[in-house]
Amino acid sequence: MKQYLLSVHFVEGAPTPSDEEIQTMFRETGRINDEMKAAGAWVFAGGLLPPENATVVRTQNGTATMSDGPFAETKEHIAGFWIIRCADLDAALAWAEKCAAACGPIEVRPFDELSQS
Amino acid sequence: MDLASIYRAEYGRCVATLARLLGDINLAEEAVQDAFTTALQTWQTPPPNPGAWIVTTARNRAIDRLRRESTRQARHAQALLLHQQDEPSEVGPVRDDQLRLIFTCCHPALAPDARAALTLRLLGGLDVPEIARAYLIQEATVAQRIVRAKKKIRDAGIPYRVPEEHELPDRLPPVLTVLYLMFNEGYTSTAGPLIRTDLCAEAIRLARELATLMPDEPEVLGLLALLLLTEARRPARLDPGGELVPLAEQDRSLWNRTLIAEGHDLVRRCLRRNRPGPYQIQAAISAVHTDGAATDWSQVLALYDQLLALTPTPVIALNRAVAVAEVHGPAVALAALEGIELPGYHRLPATRAELLARLGRHAAARAAYDQAIELTGNETERAYLLARRADLARPGEGA
Repeated sequence: MKQYLLSVHFVEGAPTPSDEEIQTMFRETGRINDEMKAAGAWVFAGGLLPPENATVVRTQNGTATMSDGPFAETKEHIAGFWIIRCADLDAALAWAEKCAAACGPIEVRPFDELSQS
Repeated sequence: MDLASIYRAEYGRCVATLARLLGDINLAEEAVQDAFTTALQTWQTPPPNPGAWIVTTARNRAIDRLRRESTRQARHAQALLLHQQDEPSEVGPVRDDQLRLIFTCCHPALAPDARAALTLRLLGGLDVPEIARAYLIQEATVAQRIVRAKKKIRDAGIPYRVPEEHELPDRLPPVLTVLYLMFNEGYTSTAGPLIRTDLCAEAIRLARELATLMPDEPEVLGLLALLLLTEARRPARLDPGGELVPLAEQDRSLWNRTLIAEGHDLVRRCLRRNRPGPYQIQAAISAVHTDGAATDWSQVLALYDQLLALTPTPVIALNRAVAVAEVHGPAVALAALEGIELPGYHRLPATRAELLARLGRHAAARAAYDQAIELTGNETERAYLLARRADLARPGEGA
């Protein structure tokens, strides 16, 4: 079994979804999570607070410095993600298709197997 | 049969089988190459079934290699896997292996330009310089695309499998596109004549495999028919001096009757299914061109109308305009070209030039030929366009 990160992306400046749309999104992702759990694919999932809540920590010569804001200075930020476990990319893509219908474009990235233990 | 032709004929099949056994494309390629090296050193004359010999030898080589490297856990597991497999049999599964590999090479998660290169490499047995020549790109670019694609297949876990029925509508088109592109590159490229024939033959061979394995997919049959009917006309496409001969002026007695008969038969099988798709319609158009002594252009135009409704691309609109000229005359066709945008594609100004020339508007035709000549990268086509432009009356005489 391989593990994949399915990430949801938020684009700065994009129109904010209405309350109703957000409710639908929550309901849909909840449904997908249940389906993933039932299929044994679900490892972990969650939504993130906006990038202005991010802090970057760096160390230099053993001293940590902290700075406000996200690591990458881009207009696109990860808004949430799933970590799933499945047999191959096709299986991961099938889940991504369901997630994309609920939350917009999904990036599928395999975990480096050496880092999985 | 010499080793080079055995290599060309068996490489793809052997790699496909080994890829299934090993679950790793790179290992499969290395093992097959090792086996061919051994063959070169040991064969006095080739064995009766060279493919089976190569597969068995490659498999043993792979086991040896994995044993040597089996200190690593993963390799050890792989060696065990190989031992548990049945003897690789030559007849049934081998073809499925190739099909699995075609679908793997053409997976939509791979970059489109990597799919064709990988298919040619793994299934066609073409080496990197040959692929680079065929596509007129740098060898380093081809090598990089192939390495990257293989790495993604392994690391992202792109499966070796033929998609299930419900996935085929999404997964089959890239496979058909790759075979179609491969054939086209062979049919009109600026690469040397040898590689050109090779590419056409390879695309047809793979399309035949696909048609044998998926006889119920009309678009697969349509593609095969299209390739066969196009290939059939090749002997008449260039005159003895190597100049391009337009369809209307081709010596039809040079066309390959066997391929035409096979192509027509496939088109009829598609018609009976009545599930038309772009490749089937293009094959039907080719069938009309190769039916009888002259082309029935009204039938061609009707088919183009159908094709354009199904896939409204500018290239199809352009081809349709050529049929319009034959049925309704050059003025109507010229109007049909309005609004078609194909920046950088020489065939649009070339077609406009032909139509203007037929209308006697020679000055405008000359300008359009100039534009087309500027855009074409193929020497044979350039020579053809230069000759057509030279045929126009001198300025002042006609226009």
